[in-house]
Amino acid sequence: MSTFKAKVFVTLKPSILDPQGRTVERALSHLDHGNVGGVRVGKYIELTLSGSRADVEAQLKDITENVLSNPVMEDARWEISEQQGEELVGA
Amino acid sequence: MKTAVIQFPGSNCDGDALHAAQLLLDQDAQFVWHTEAGLPQGTELVFLPGGFSYGDHLRSGAIAARSPIMQAVKAHAERGGFVLGVCNGFQVLTESGLLPGALSRNRDLHFLCRPVHLRVENAGTAFTGAYTKGQVIEVPIAHGEGNYYADPETVARLEGNGQVVFRYTDNPNGSLNDIAGIINERGNVLGMMPHPERAVEALLGSEDGRGLFDSLVRAQAPA
Repeated sequence: MSTFKAKVFVTLKPSILDPQGRTVERALSHLDHGNVGGVRVGKYIELTLSGSRADVEAQLKDITENVLSNPVMEDARWEISEQQGEELVGA
Repeated sequence: MKTAVIQFPGSNCDGDALHAAQLLLDQDAQFVWHTEAGLPQGTELVFLPGGFSYGDHLRSGAIAARSPIMQAVKAHAERGGFVLGVCNGFQVLTESGLLPGALSRNRDLHFLCRPVHLRVENAGTAFTGAYTKGQVIEVPIAHGEGNYYADPETVARLEGNGQVVFRYTDNPNGSLNDIAGIINERGNVLGMMPHPERAVEALLGSEDGRGLFDSLVRAQAPA
């Protein structure tokens, strides 16, 4: 059995208005960053899963599509990497 | 009409929902905690109240929609039982798949808390039979994420089937087609952002929400 670290990125579909992103963009423009556009605010979620790679990948796909994102208005993608040995915690 | 008001951590309109149900649907209304696996025997209406279940974590209604009691609520809906979701309850219904679409952040980001006017678009449902088609009613809203969205095919289907039950006369939040409330195809599950349970007594500023409860009583009465 291996341990995997997953990173899930959830973003609003391009067709969905993102008032939060628009507000951030406006604030940036007030700070003289007028050349910045296309700001979209999304979510980043980290998970640790244990099991075989095939099982964990199937499970992660299920979790991502059915819980962590709402396919009606969000897109989601994920990355997964196997943890090598014990993870160092802290400094 | 025997009513179960579901309480999630963070529900805050549960008391209002229970009061309205007891006032207008007979005394037989009770709270049901979200960890319960089943509804009380003989439940006819499930009322999913407003609030901020689970602090709106992940997405509003997302965690509540996956709580144990929702399996029983889905089974109740599949049997044809009535389900009413108001505000956060509407968000729970879309998140659980009992109603199509989703509710996203209000167009202008503001939390909106004020009376609005709704046009009754379909007075032929079990929830609206006491209204007349085209009637305009005043009911309060109180939400930050009430901007109804669905893909164009879904919206076209809702419109074509008369499933858009309530529409804002002056769209406060950016909802597609000014949608304020929708019903499922079968006609037993209704979700709406405005709060009819907060408009059931003159003292509250409007009694226009009573019609929804009167409709349910009427729908239930033997022909």
